Amino acid sequence: MSRDDPAPVTNRVRTAALVGNPNSGKSALFNALTGARQKIANYPGVTVERKAGRLALPGQEPVELVDLPGAYSFDAASPDEEVTRKVVHGEFAGEPTPDVLILVLDAANLEQHLVFAQEVLELGRPTVVALNMVDLAERDGLTLDPAALSEALGVPVIPTVAVRRKGLAELTAAIAEAETHADEEARKRWHITLPERRLAAKHMSKAAILSKSTRHTIENGIDRVLLNPWVGPVILFGLLFVIFQAVFAWATPFADALEGGVGAISEAVTASMASGFIRDFLTEGVLAGVGSVVVFLPQIVILFFFILVMEASGYMARAAFLMDRLMAGVGLSGKSFIPLLSSFACAIPGIMATRSIPDAKDRLTTILIAPLMTCSARLPVYAVIIAAVIPETTVGPGVGLQGLVLFALYVAGIVGAMAAALVLRRTVAKGAASGFIMEMPRYQLPRLKDLAIGLWQRAWVFLRRAGTIIFTVTIVLWLMLSFPKAEPGEGQMDASFAGMVADGLHPILEPIGFNREMSLALVPAMAAREVAVSALATTYAVDAADEDVAAEGVTDKIAALWSLPTALAFLAWFVFAPQCISTIAVARRETNGWKWPAFMVGYLFALAYVFAGLTYWGAVALGL
Amino acid sequence: MTLDAFEHEKTARITAVNWAVLAEDEAKRLKALGVDEGAEVAVIHRGIFGTRDPLAIRIGRMTIALRRSHALAIEVEPA
Repeated sequence: MSRDDPAPVTNRVRTAALVGNPNSGKSALFNALTGARQKIANYPGVTVERKAGRLALPGQEPVELVDLPGAYSFDAASPDEEVTRKVVHGEFAGEPTPDVLILVLDAANLEQHLVFAQEVLELGRPTVVALNMVDLAERDGLTLDPAALSEALGVPVIPTVAVRRKGLAELTAAIAEAETHADEEARKRWHITLPERRLAAKHMSKAAILSKSTRHTIENGIDRVLLNPWVGPVILFGLLFVIFQAVFAWATPFADALEGGVGAISEAVTASMASGFIRDFLTEGVLAGVGSVVVFLPQIVILFFFILVMEASGYMARAAFLMDRLMAGVGLSGKSFIPLLSSFACAIPGIMATRSIPDAKDRLTTILIAPLMTCSARLPVYAVIIAAVIPETTVGPGVGLQGLVLFALYVAGIVGAMAAALVLRRTVAKGAASGFIMEMPRYQLPRLKDLAIGLWQRAWVFLRRAGTIIFTVTIVLWLMLSFPKAEPGEGQMDASFAGMVADGLHPILEPIGFNREMSLALVPAMAAREVAVSALATTYAVDAADEDVAAEGVTDKIAALWSLPTALAFLAWFVFAPQCISTIAVARRETNGWKWPAFMVGYLFALAYVFAGLTYWGAVALGL
Repeated sequence: MTLDAFEHEKTARITAVNWAVLAEDEAKRLKALGVDEGAEVAVIHRGIFGTRDPLAIRIGRMTIALRRSHALAIEVEPA
């Protein structure tokens, strides 16, 4: 979101920055003030880098508003906190020192948030305080006195509820006037030690709290169940299992409808156009390829729905708590669980989210194993193969065999990741055992509008990928498959350029049970995993001798042409194979070099080859 | 007595913290969260399946998760 359009007038655009403790609602406020749609969620450490947007102020030019990662102190303990320290101190390359600081405080946790607040105010910069989440404070039985707090801090204090857009007009008015409030002399008294700050925070919060009812918050009651040592983990694993079942079961009617739609368009094109290059291009290339990926939109939306609800409600941090002991077993901590769970949707935000992990070796290990989490791009691959070779039977009440196989693939990814972490932490990422310190957020009911926006964003990203990367790669593949044209009596794939590529790769992949079409599909799938599906669809569509067979879906083709061991080997390959250019690129960015991404690609391909091979030969030996 | 051994859901006052056994970053983070001499805390949740690790403690109006290794470095007395 960087803006580099030149300022129209000579005086530079003023900048304001949002600072405050983690999970105080800075990004929610940023979105409310700028109309942006930054990711917001209910756990500490959602925002890991600076984001800028434009904030309109009453009666003057708009200012650039910067959203920063939350920090407990300027004495940074993790990479994301370091970003905040640098920007606020004007040490961040290419970023002007913010003219105005908007200090965001959680109204229900004043005593804690006022500690860092004093550090911010010590800077002597024009500052406005947003006393955020006053609604949650009221829920907890707190009545606050913003005027008293304003007097104690010496800066304006505006009560806000960012997610409900309350107090925004007052806040922008205060930001507009902020510079006149700059009073560096008044801040001198803040230069004190941490225990003194803590004492001051205690007094200030006491003075600002007019009344408080019983300390019993709803968290105690809910956590008594969700964090119960025996019931809690059962609920967590039950929830994960339900998610994977739902991804298959709930999506089916929508996916069928989409598939029907793509089929109908394809038939209409075939019926209305003369046969030839353009028609083949549309039906075999565009519709067979891109269409085969687009039908997975419902499943991806359902998966993201669950992840967004877990993030927004505050349950994600509880899951991290429950998983910490298991993660400790492989040398990681519960902190790694949140990036890893996000990686079930996509490894890219997952890898970026590792910035909230303080320990460098922990963070590196988490980055290296994140691609093993079954991301949504694998879903089309798994779904097509499973639908083709696994019978649609039930193995128990409400438990389908297909859903169970999908769950097993997810488990395989998790077990692989844990085993990899265990080895990595003892070899290349060796270091002291890491700790786990994390603030548990209060529970919040997810807001429908935020959920809808989040889902729409993820759906749009998926469709854009289908329309760009997958579209392009599919078309290149289709051209390579279509030329040169086959002589009579020769298969089109045998004659084509793509066929030559497949012939080159096939000897390497044949020992692990892959056929030529699979070998070929792996090449374009380096761009993104789901391309494997569109590539197979296009390959089979081009290679089909007659029109009827060409109209069949890729699932039917696989069901007819692949043996069960071959299909299972292909699934095993995709559990491990790092087939995603974007993930490799983000790993390079987050580790500052090619060394670790190269290592990651190498070990994951090695694992993919070995496990696909073991699966194939194991299945053959079992007579499957 | 260490915080690890202290009675569940009873308020304890921290009398001393053995910062030397904690990693620098973790000491920093604990201090920033208010875990320091004089603070009043209560252990309210324990890790899964009887492992007793990690712990969730209440401090002020916050709930913080930390490991047993941290709790073992925190000396407490009944508040």
